[in-house]
Amino acid sequence: MKKTLSLVLRWLFLIIVLACIYLPIALIILYSFSAEKNIGGENGFGSFTFSLYARLFTNKQLMQATINTLVIGVVSALLATFLGTFTSVGLYYMKRGKKAVNFVSEITVVNAEIVTAVGFFLLSIFLRDVVMIPVQKGVGWLILAHTIITTPYVILTVSPRLNQLNPNLYEAGLDLGAGPMRSLFTVILPQLIGGMISGFALAFTLSLDDFVVTNLNKGTNGVNTVSTFVYASLRRDLDPAIRALSTILFVTVLAVMIIFNIVKRAKQKKLSAQQHTSA
Amino acid sequence: MKKISFRPAFFALPYVVICAIFVVFPLILVLIYAFIGSDGSFTFENFKLVFTQSSNLTLLLKTIGIAALTTVICLLIAYPTAMVLASAPFNRYVVLALLFIIPMWMNFVLRVIALKSLLFMLGVDYGFLATMIGMVYDFLPFMLLPIYTVLTNMDKSYKEASADLGANGAVTFFKVTLPLSMGGVVSGITMVFMPVFSAYAITGMLGDASTNVIGGKINGLFTTTSTWGVGSALSFVLLILVFLTMFISNFITARAPKSKPSASTKGGVAQ
Repeated sequence: MKKTLSLVLRWLFLIIVLACIYLPIALIILYSFSAEKNIGGENGFGSFTFSLYARLFTNKQLMQATINTLVIGVVSALLATFLGTFTSVGLYYMKRGKKAVNFVSEITVVNAEIVTAVGFFLLSIFLRDVVMIPVQKGVGWLILAHTIITTPYVILTVSPRLNQLNPNLYEAGLDLGAGPMRSLFTVILPQLIGGMISGFALAFTLSLDDFVVTNLNKGTNGVNTVSTFVYASLRRDLDPAIRALSTILFVTVLAVMIIFNIVKRAKQKKLSAQQHTSA
Repeated sequence: MKKISFRPAFFALPYVVICAIFVVFPLILVLIYAFIGSDGSFTFENFKLVFTQSSNLTLLLKTIGIAALTTVICLLIAYPTAMVLASAPFNRYVVLALLFIIPMWMNFVLRVIALKSLLFMLGVDYGFLATMIGMVYDFLPFMLLPIYTVLTNMDKSYKEASADLGANGAVTFFKVTLPLSMGGVVSGITMVFMPVFSAYAITGMLGDASTNVIGGKINGLFTTTSTWGVGSALSFVLLILVFLTMFISNFITARAPKSKPSASTKGGVAQ
């Protein structure tokens, strides 16, 4: 009896927390099918319509911001994945100086975002005024900044997988006549592919989520990501089509996470099945 | 001339160079600009402004207060949630834990706007309360994940041993479970406390004039006006705070008892 009560209470607790987390998102998804300007306005829900989704594609600025976000996210995540994986391999074989590199990459992770943002801001000024490299704040500069910010997370994701590898594999590649690069690409990297995919996903979402660094480093040419565009237009007039964009984004994230976990589970099952048969 | 043979450690070299230029050097620039006055000469004026101008100091202290409050509330919600999720029969459903983390992967400005709509519907005025709800809503997953990771990886035999030796539930929690999960708690605190300093987007969307955080002020110093010196000095103060929290968390983590080689809680984000 007491056990059942405890179970019910624990379920109740989880459900309440989950409800608090998902209530705002559910509201947005629901109202993405209403053309009303404000949620909870006098007119209520109005009628069911897809007009906000159509409207999303006609708002040129919002479309451009979405494209910028995706371009910056994909390119910087790709760069971070390769840089982070290379570095993880290097760190794995490094004897001296490993702690120093780890410390510096830890700074990037724990540093206050606004300080990182100020750092990139001042660096662009320094490069322009002192080194005379005409740095233009904008998409290119943001790709660079996002790559630097997300690379440590790729290292944190890939390094644990490296520790599970046989340390002699690289040497074996060399002994069999491959050069260092070929040994890396054909022997080591194929075994890290799982970690690299996780690292890419993490880097991409971190880039997507970034606001503080982007806001200070997007320049004055009107370059915006979804975060900065939405934040800036809050003061003026927020297009309700943002609800359609939020819904699309949330459904995509949900789908990716579910597929990711199904694949992971299937792999684990296959692995344990193999171990059973070989034992 | 002797040829230097290629060692696999060299794969890390590009990143070392990149770190020097894009991580370490900008921090040095922050320090340099903090000592440059508006006329371009060396000065202590910026730091004097940070510590004597009451608006800067109050804002800094207020931000520390908001950050501390957010951290405590997140901890009070996240710990019991993580405990329930890590306990039987809930630990059998990985999807359940995943549900708590998924919103973290969605753009946070869009998430806070969703919350803003709900608060508007419920009639909650924008201000301190709305800001705190927004902060907790945004940062909760970051507290939950490391604690959940530690609790699920914890060896159950410790709790069983404690019960066998006659300790009741409360004693077992305070003497066994809590100390063993300290690593996750500390990791969660560092992932919530310092980020609040930069979360001016949340106060901007849900707060009023009285609820700004220091990050917003610094951003403003670099965009609307050209008072970069004071902005750099404030950034430098934050940097000291970052190193302080980093040092304290490393200290506590190093001294915390471990049940077994703990899974990297930070890397856990990607798992």
